[in-house]
Amino acid sequence: MNAQSNPGAPSIYFMAEVSDKIETHTLSVIVDNEPGVLARVIGLFSGRGYNIDSLTVSETEHEKHLSRITIVTTGTPMVIEQIRHQLDRLVPVHRVTDLTVEAQLASQDKPLERELAMVKVTGTGEKRLEALRLGDAFRATVIDATTEHFVFEITGRTSKIEQFIAIMKPLGLAEVSRTGVAALQRGPEGL
Amino acid sequence: MTREMTGAEMVIQALKDQGVETIFGYPGGAVLPIYDEIIQQDGLEHILVRHEQGAGHAAEGYARSTGKPGVVLVTSGPGATNMVTALTDAMMDSIPLVCITGQTATHLIGTDAFQECDTVGITRPCTKHNWLVRDVDDLARVLHEAFYVATSGRPGPVVVDIPKDVQFATGTYQAPTTNPAASHKSYRPQLKGDAQAIRIAADLMSKAKKPIFYTGGGVINSGPQACQLLRELVQLTGFPITSTLMGLGSYPASGDHWLGMLGMHGTYEANMTMHDCDVMICVGARFDDRITGRLDAFAPNATKIHIDIDPSSINKVVKVDLPIIGDVGHVLEDLVRIWRASSLTADKTALKEWWSQIDKWRARKSLSYRPSEDLIMPQYALQRLYEKTKDRKTFISTEVGQHQMWAAQFYGFEEPNRWLTSGGLGTMGYGLPAAIGAQVAHRDALCIDVAGDASILMNIQEMSTAVQFGLPVKVFILNNQYMGMVRQWQQLLHGNRLSHSYTDSLPDFVKLAEAYGGVGMRVHKPHELDDAIDEMLAVDKPVIFDCRVANLANCFPMIPSGKAHNEMLLPDEATDEAVANAIDDAGKMLV
Repeated sequence: MNAQSNPGAPSIYFMAEVSDKIETHTLSVIVDNEPGVLARVIGLFSGRGYNIDSLTVSETEHEKHLSRITIVTTGTPMVIEQIRHQLDRLVPVHRVTDLTVEAQLASQDKPLERELAMVKVTGTGEKRLEALRLGDAFRATVIDATTEHFVFEITGRTSKIEQFIAIMKPLGLAEVSRTGVAALQRGPEGL
Repeated sequence: MTREMTGAEMVIQALKDQGVETIFGYPGGAVLPIYDEIIQQDGLEHILVRHEQGAGHAAEGYARSTGKPGVVLVTSGPGATNMVTALTDAMMDSIPLVCITGQTATHLIGTDAFQECDTVGITRPCTKHNWLVRDVDDLARVLHEAFYVATSGRPGPVVVDIPKDVQFATGTYQAPTTNPAASHKSYRPQLKGDAQAIRIAADLMSKAKKPIFYTGGGVINSGPQACQLLRELVQLTGFPITSTLMGLGSYPASGDHWLGMLGMHGTYEANMTMHDCDVMICVGARFDDRITGRLDAFAPNATKIHIDIDPSSINKVVKVDLPIIGDVGHVLEDLVRIWRASSLTADKTALKEWWSQIDKWRARKSLSYRPSEDLIMPQYALQRLYEKTKDRKTFISTEVGQHQMWAAQFYGFEEPNRWLTSGGLGTMGYGLPAAIGAQVAHRDALCIDVAGDASILMNIQEMSTAVQFGLPVKVFILNNQYMGMVRQWQQLLHGNRLSHSYTDSLPDFVKLAEAYGGVGMRVHKPHELDDAIDEMLAVDKPVIFDCRVANLANCFPMIPSGKAHNEMLLPDEATDEAVANAIDDAGKMLV
């Protein structure tokens, strides 16, 4: 018989710690880019009552018609494991990777996560100058301007974008468009 | 083999190449080209139903009784939406179903055309996968893929939606590939279980003092070989075994180690054994809420081993200690081999003690009921039906409700695939079409729908199908004039206020049978029952058997919802003595 078995212990096999703590995880889902595939994914989330904090999708391998969906979701570890398996069960899904778990396994804080936002700020005088100065400080680029407005393009972690938007509020924030999170694993390996 | 043909021809050719002999369907505008091919060929039998839902359940009955996929052909719009219940039913119970729907022509899609609906959108959450085929050159490939997806891994229903212009268009037909598993891009179910995990399972089992096998529909889906291996493993280990509603028949009810069904209306011994066990081997079951009862008190001291082909079944509701992902048949084969090769033995002393405890639970006789000389007790009716039919090749289907639970409790299944019931979705109206589907596949067998007076009316129109195709199904109605299970819950939960659970104007079932061209029978008294059942079995036509039973009998034992396995309500503790007294007309008025 195998030496590793330990029948006395309550958990003996690759089981994660039981925890009811709500966690935020970033999942990467590689799918066939075919009609309805996104509806399958989001229908799964709404039908089973899972959360979507952010969802990004685009074809990433044109020759193979593969798209990459990046989903940021929250739930207990048991729910997140369920989400992963439920996604994997969809026929056009090639692979589901929990980037947050992968990062933890590699002793990293988080996977690489970036999002892009376009932020329109209107105003004149001192407020307008202040907006421009802060845009500089956040390494935002001005991509459109008149004497009465700027449109900033800003890239970064979600927290940085949130902060930038909050700061722009009193300076004449008019409109925001965000891409949602794109994410990759750190290191030389690909999925 | 590649050939030029129309889309409609491809449908027929693909079905034949997939070994399909029978399809269930209903024509309509958007499938006329396919129906035009059906009438011009031999070899593919079409059973015309009376309602698309009936086609779906008939195909489920066909699939469940044969192990082969059931095939349905319906039109667009209402044809497709009428299929939704059957698709959901098949999804919940993992029944392989291939449903072909017609669709309005591609240039009309999205215009709210006549009989247009978003079939793939509507059926997306109730199918394993679905396809809208816009190009005739994709059609053959998609149809073959549909069969592969429906039947492999955890089986389930699939839909192929074919616009009418694609049915008319000419394209290239491709024969099925010899190895669809290897050629599929993304869908590859895992069949072999992890060898290390199986070894650990064997080790856990050999050290168990209070083990139990908890088996489910997955054993039956895996095939007769899996059932044989399960029986072998039970014999080798000497462990007790229970099963879910869906798994009945995988281990014989007459077997020495059989505890009866578990769960809400399972036996006392099955539920107590589950509650007190130290090692639970869950084989192809999914810890449904009707099985577990109160989750935080579910088998609190057990090390749980879970064998399932679907990774999403693992840890869905109950955290298990040892998951083994794989096909039940493959995993059991390895488990039996390892058990033999390592000369493992069960802990005989502990097992002896365990069995003597189980015998004490058995002695409570949790399925007992108070017999009556005046009234047919529903349990008695099923016991007599069982005695009269057990030596024949019999398939039992059911509707949903008290009669379903009594059938599960009192009809002993010796073989897999003989028991057809709607477990997960609980679809009233399932039983008659399912019996028809089984009868189509097994012309010489006895196919009985154990029904309730309420459920049977949900798909009664299929009597017409049975008569047309000479399918001598027997509808055995336990008629208590109530939606019995609804009433039981109202008694338990709603202060006996029986809101709309009494059916005031039931049809005369004898005349109804005759109106359809079948035979109707009615029995009121227990002493008439045996002869009447004999008479029913002798008729080579569809029969509706109106068995008038004690109106207020309730289904026990029962785990009230929100209670644990060891908090069962037993028949001798449930005050059902009112049953025998309350059935007179005056009593009915008071209800």
